[in-house]
Amino acid sequence: MSDTHRITVRVNGEQREVEVEGRLTLADMLRHRLQLTGTHLGCEHGVCGACTVLVDGRSARSCLMLAVQTDGKSVETVESLGGRGNPSHPLQQAFIEHHALQCGYCTPGMLMTLVEFLRDDPNPTEASVREAISGNLCRCTGYQGIVDATLAVAKAFANEAGR
Amino acid sequence: MSASKFIGQPLPRVEDGALLSGAGRYVDDIHLPGTLEAAFVRSSFAHARITSVDTSAARAAPGVHAVLTYDDIRPQLTADRLPLELRPEPLPPNITPFPLANKEVVFAGEAIAVVIAESRYLAEDAAGLVEVDYEPLPAVADCLAATLPDAPPADTRQASNIVKEFRQAYGNVGAAFDSAKHRASLHFKTHRGCAHPMEGRAVLAHFDTIEDRLTVWDSTQESHDVRGFLVHLLGLNDNQVRVVAPDVGGGFGCKHLMYPEEVVITAVSRMLGRPVKWIEDRREHFLATIQERDQYWELDIAFGGDGKLLGMRGRMIHDQGAYTPRGTNLPTNASTALPGPYLVPALDLKVVVAETNKVATIPVRGAGYPSANFCMERCLDHIARTVGLDRYEVRRRNLIKPEMMPFQTGLAARSGSPIIYDSGDYPKMMATALEAIDYEGFPERQRQAREQGRYLGIGMAMGLKGTGRGPFESASVRIDRSGKVSVITGAVAIGQGLKTALAQICAEQLGVQPKDIAVIAGDTGAISMGLGAFASRQTVMGGSAVHVASVAVREKALKAASEMLEVGVDDLELQDGRVQVQGVPNLGVSFAELGTAMAGVPGYKLPGELPPGLEHSHNFLGTSLTYAGAVIAVELEVDPETGHVKLHKIVAVNDSGVVINPNTVRGQVIGSVVHTLGNTLYEWMGYDEQAQPVTTTFAEYLIPTAPEIPRIEVILLEYPGKNNPLGVKGAGETACIPVPGAIVSAIENALESFGVRIAEFPLSPARIFELLSQGRAGNA
Repeated sequence: MSDTHRITVRVNGEQREVEVEGRLTLADMLRHRLQLTGTHLGCEHGVCGACTVLVDGRSARSCLMLAVQTDGKSVETVESLGGRGNPSHPLQQAFIEHHALQCGYCTPGMLMTLVEFLRDDPNPTEASVREAISGNLCRCTGYQGIVDATLAVAKAFANEAGR
Repeated sequence: MSASKFIGQPLPRVEDGALLSGAGRYVDDIHLPGTLEAAFVRSSFAHARITSVDTSAARAAPGVHAVLTYDDIRPQLTADRLPLELRPEPLPPNITPFPLANKEVVFAGEAIAVVIAESRYLAEDAAGLVEVDYEPLPAVADCLAATLPDAPPADTRQASNIVKEFRQAYGNVGAAFDSAKHRASLHFKTHRGCAHPMEGRAVLAHFDTIEDRLTVWDSTQESHDVRGFLVHLLGLNDNQVRVVAPDVGGGFGCKHLMYPEEVVITAVSRMLGRPVKWIEDRREHFLATIQERDQYWELDIAFGGDGKLLGMRGRMIHDQGAYTPRGTNLPTNASTALPGPYLVPALDLKVVVAETNKVATIPVRGAGYPSANFCMERCLDHIARTVGLDRYEVRRRNLIKPEMMPFQTGLAARSGSPIIYDSGDYPKMMATALEAIDYEGFPERQRQAREQGRYLGIGMAMGLKGTGRGPFESASVRIDRSGKVSVITGAVAIGQGLKTALAQICAEQLGVQPKDIAVIAGDTGAISMGLGAFASRQTVMGGSAVHVASVAVREKALKAASEMLEVGVDDLELQDGRVQVQGVPNLGVSFAELGTAMAGVPGYKLPGELPPGLEHSHNFLGTSLTYAGAVIAVELEVDPETGHVKLHKIVAVNDSGVVINPNTVRGQVIGSVVHTLGNTLYEWMGYDEQAQPVTTTFAEYLIPTAPEIPRIEVILLEYPGKNNPLGVKGAGETACIPVPGAIVSAIENALESFGVRIAEFPLSPARIFELLSQGRAGNA
């Protein structure tokens, strides 16, 4: 199993060189090689969305993507939102205010999905938010707090822009 | 006490900061140098004799340190099998699992061997090289079939497929049936699948060979029980084993059990002297983590022309699965939950617990109550139809009235204590829900929709949940030399916001901000006793323990400060980490000064000659459950051409007694509703006739996603619990109970004109379409 590749990948803005086996998933590289354990694995078959990260700005299932596929690309994880233990991103703040998390396991994937979504659609409706997170399973919250948090952030952005 | 400063406030959770920034610490986030990883070889048959296991190729594979079977593990343990977790029950022998399969496998997915390697990748490579030879045996796939005389044995090592039979009975059922104007015989089948927390099971064990001590990081709901069972099985003592539940990514009941994998991983760590980790993948969760699954309910009901229930009798058959690791608390809970908030003057229910060749069942969130409530609500709808009354009116007539509180049902909890509903106004709760969903206006909405060819339905149901199960929970509250306030408890945080609730309860007494209180939960190294997360109990039991301990620390802090400041206790207050003279913030002592003074100085007296330390430990005792409840009202639409159900609105009226944090209670209510909404409409754990699981991915087993969930309106009514000083009741399971009953009632209501009758859940669109076809044929 000496099928290794040296890849260069920008992770959360920092250029990293990593020696990876061909079969190593992106999630396992992030978690076990780069110690970015904020990205979680919930199903390892691409349904639950807990492992969602952004690759060149687009959401990707890091359990289904191989680390080698990110050679020369840019990866953003939940750690990119800043504030280890003391979150400052508007979405993180809104998640606190709207009780959008309980056990927190699906949360990093939810956040990354929503970061992409709000970049694409700054004026979402409740239905469009629900559609946006339809690929992210949460067993705790029933999604309502997540939807409310997202709508609140979008509204705050809109107010900001309108000012 | 003056008005609450912290209790009842919608404060931000103390847990959120870390979890939102990728700084949570779940088991798989903990990495110890030299850690080996495990993969299990699992049975591909539901029932078979193992004729041989050849591990030689696997042992020779790259990076492999060990490949072990039952015969290798057994010498490390003091017993052949895992312990029975609820021990006082009289149950037959040989019903708990082995650490690894011993000559016979009794469900598909049972672990047969474990591979320990440098990485999970290498362990899985080698696991594929383990050759198991099987001699297939007949499998029992259905619990009703398991009870028949010609059924094959689900486990050849047991005398019978029947694990236990018992009765839930009171009143004169015979007389009730003799005198009743109406009688009916109704059969139901209920099914709830897997728990599916988003984090599966996970364990990291490190046996320290220098100190002969074992540390286990375990994604569990019961750290202290796991420690106790490991101590027993490994022949160690409490000082040698520390079990820590770090951040836990949800439990929902399935982690309220010590599994074979936890035993194997800890034993292997001791054998190899290395840290060993096993992280369950989702497929393993489908195969080898407990479920709640099937019950058949055959009920006879007797009722009057006024729609009032007079008696119920019948039989419930429960699918126990292949082992009985936790006793029979699930069918016990389900059977005692049948009456719920309704008056049932006489009851005689026989319960049969039958083994099948499927993974074992123990309670999932709701613990059998949703199935029992579904049957009761179906019976009430039958009564309404028979006597020609509105469904709400029938419920109103049968609900227990507030003036009857406390109400003794005639049944007993498994502790032996009588089941007594301690408080609540059930008719008001139901009226509130129906007002919120505009029940009165529904017929008009339904009529208008029908004019457009759309089929609207409305339904309602009410369930109760015994919460705050004893016998005790522990707490230590401490102000240390730094002035930091700590709460340490044997309760286990699995995502509910437990730490926030306990911090608010402590803050109420000690006058510091909840966010500044350190809460340590689920670490056996931090507190000697504890029971953990089950039965919606932790705010009731753990919260009460924290309350009592906090009051004691408060009183001691006041006394010590009174001595140090030479001011009467009555003139002092606790404020922002200080004890100070009321209204004179400058005149006081800080918690750090108090903590330091009370820690003692060698050779000198303590302030006021008080006992040392600003710390108090309390085990809160409770043998009586406190009964929380919820009403669910739902409005939905069914497409008769496809069987598709679209949920329009759900109202949940919930009583969890005094609310510590309305945000987290609302969160529990909404999460509960969505969990059993999934059980009602989407989640089906399928097995074929050979008991082979056929839904083992999230593409086949459907967890509810955001688009199909309507907005859920939560109304919190507070009827203080009578069995604890805070007046709290549990919140984690109440609202999940009435959901199947309410949704199915609404579907039947929508399809009334087709004559559809529903006696089961879950209901897929295909099944609804089938029922519609049967209804149409019946009408024709």
